[in-house]
Amino acid sequence: MLYGLMAYFDSPERLLEALRALRGAGYRHLEAFTPNPVEGIEEVLGGDGRIPWVAFALGVVGAGLGLFLQIYTSLDYPLNAGGKPLLGWPAFIPVTFELTILTIAVGIFLYLLYVNGLPLADHPAVRARSYVRVLLDEYGVLVYASDPRFDLEGTKALLETLGAEVEEVRRA
Amino acid sequence: MADRPHPDRDLIQGEWTEKTLVEKLLEPVEKPPPRPWRVIVAVGFALTLAWLYAIFVTFVQGLGTWGINQPVAWGLDIVHFVWWIGIGHAGTLISAILVLMRQNWRDSLNRLTEAMTFFAILCAATYPLIHMGRPQNFYWVFPYPSSLAMWPQYKSPLSWDVLAIMTYITISILFLYLGLIPDLALLRERSQGWRRKLYGWLSLGWTGSAVHWQRYRAVYVLLAGLATPVVISVHSVVSLDFAYALVPGWHVTIFPPFFAAGAIYSGFAMALTLIIPLRRWYRLEGVITERHLDWMAKVTLAAGLGVAYIYLLEIFIAWYSAEPAEWAQQVWRMTGPYAPYYWAMMLINVVLLQTLWFPRFRKNLTWLFIFSILANVGMWLERFVIVVISLSHDFLPGNFRLYFPTWVDWTLFLGTLGFFLFGLALFIRLFPPIAVAEMVHLFHKLRKH
Repeated sequence: MLYGLMAYFDSPERLLEALRALRGAGYRHLEAFTPNPVEGIEEVLGGDGRIPWVAFALGVVGAGLGLFLQIYTSLDYPLNAGGKPLLGWPAFIPVTFELTILTIAVGIFLYLLYVNGLPLADHPAVRARSYVRVLLDEYGVLVYASDPRFDLEGTKALLETLGAEVEEVRRA
Repeated sequence: MADRPHPDRDLIQGEWTEKTLVEKLLEPVEKPPPRPWRVIVAVGFALTLAWLYAIFVTFVQGLGTWGINQPVAWGLDIVHFVWWIGIGHAGTLISAILVLMRQNWRDSLNRLTEAMTFFAILCAATYPLIHMGRPQNFYWVFPYPSSLAMWPQYKSPLSWDVLAIMTYITISILFLYLGLIPDLALLRERSQGWRRKLYGWLSLGWTGSAVHWQRYRAVYVLLAGLATPVVISVHSVVSLDFAYALVPGWHVTIFPPFFAAGAIYSGFAMALTLIIPLRRWYRLEGVITERHLDWMAKVTLAAGLGVAYIYLLEIFIAWYSAEPAEWAQQVWRMTGPYAPYYWAMMLINVVLLQTLWFPRFRKNLTWLFIFSILANVGMWLERFVIVVISLSHDFLPGNFRLYFPTWVDWTLFLGTLGFFLFGLALFIRLFPPIAVAEMVHLFHKLRKH
């Protein structure tokens, strides 16, 4: 079964150019693969601005948890330590702080895995014979065969005019 | 694009292409290790076994096998706890703060120092655990509804400590692991057999998708931003374990920044101790340049100056407070039976430190290596001064008592040193000690723009 066409470019600028051209030609079902983050990719493929907000929400939850834990346990087992007030809030700052950070850190990591669809056992791109190149020094685009505009010869020609080496990606 | 070369161009020296650079960086993992690696693994493993034996003795015969007494109830174990936690700090600082400050030179150093942090915290965390006396009941520090109907006391710095250390361990592991994921994917594609399976599992099926990268970067920077205050808070909380007590020599408000500065100082020193030989054994001069080492020496100097300043301030405060027990403690440090420890600490952390002002000393790798080891000894002595000397001389002369560590104390220390080296050696055999994806990214930034 044909998954699509994998095109390899030798620089991020070429990649961005190609992605713009593909978008302009109406392709929607495509994915870019790069060895490191490419600046400006958001403009072409769309960015994800949710992460800071998710982190903020997690922080609020964490701070609430931290305060709740300390207030609840202090009331449930009241101890007079050196005549300090039972709910002496300044003493609660360190634990609240640590639990806030802990909640954000663990939560945002799991959220990253979730939105990226990881862990992932199998991905069509990995089946490309030269796939390792996009982890090393090249920039790849996978145009899926499921794209409505996909046409084996036409797409291949388009990618080649954009300056790419093109490879067909098939199952096994 | 610009005609002018990038100002940080010399951070990667030599003629490379992306491909040869990756090959070079993956050498520690893919090529047979150099001979010193085998020696370190062997010595580290032997010491780890000795460590386990000492822990076994502690568990079976109890804390009586240690030198602790009254009033020195915190002996070498707490000295080592604080020392190891401090060493961990440089890793997080290099990775986190320097990310936020967009310092390009961190990319060659962050992976190894993060691994250093990880093993240092593991070493540190074992000490309070075995110091409990009843380590099987360690879970009492966690808040869980027990049949004793008792909760941990959250107004106590000791329970803050538990949470601070646990948060620190968690965030360090996440940070290290997150940074490793792209490299693991690369290793997965380049290896066979059990390694391919291992990297396959660990890389979580990372494909290098550009959209994933964009989110990954956002989370990485966010974690860096979160790790930064955690580092500072951890050692501040550790210092509050002391400062909350009334013991003369501990009860100073300067303790949190004092401990944080000491941690950065010893952490950078330990990083230098590890990186200088690693650079030579694996021929990494092209990516860990003299400029990197020079910067690290400068950070060591800056943090060390903070420490030296507070040493002098401590003397001033003890005198200025006119508190008899406090002043007696200062004099005891300088003239008592432990005076050689105090003066050795002063010699290293105040006097010898000043050599780093001079480029001639900073650029001399032999001196830098020797000094980095001395700085760690100096910081060990500082922890000893704070913990043991303060406790041995409190308010009542009838209470004064010296502390003599036993062979179990020393074996527990040497054991963690061995475990630390053993763990790091295995780490660099399995995972690249320099972050490959980040270095290639840096290479691209420096050479193509």
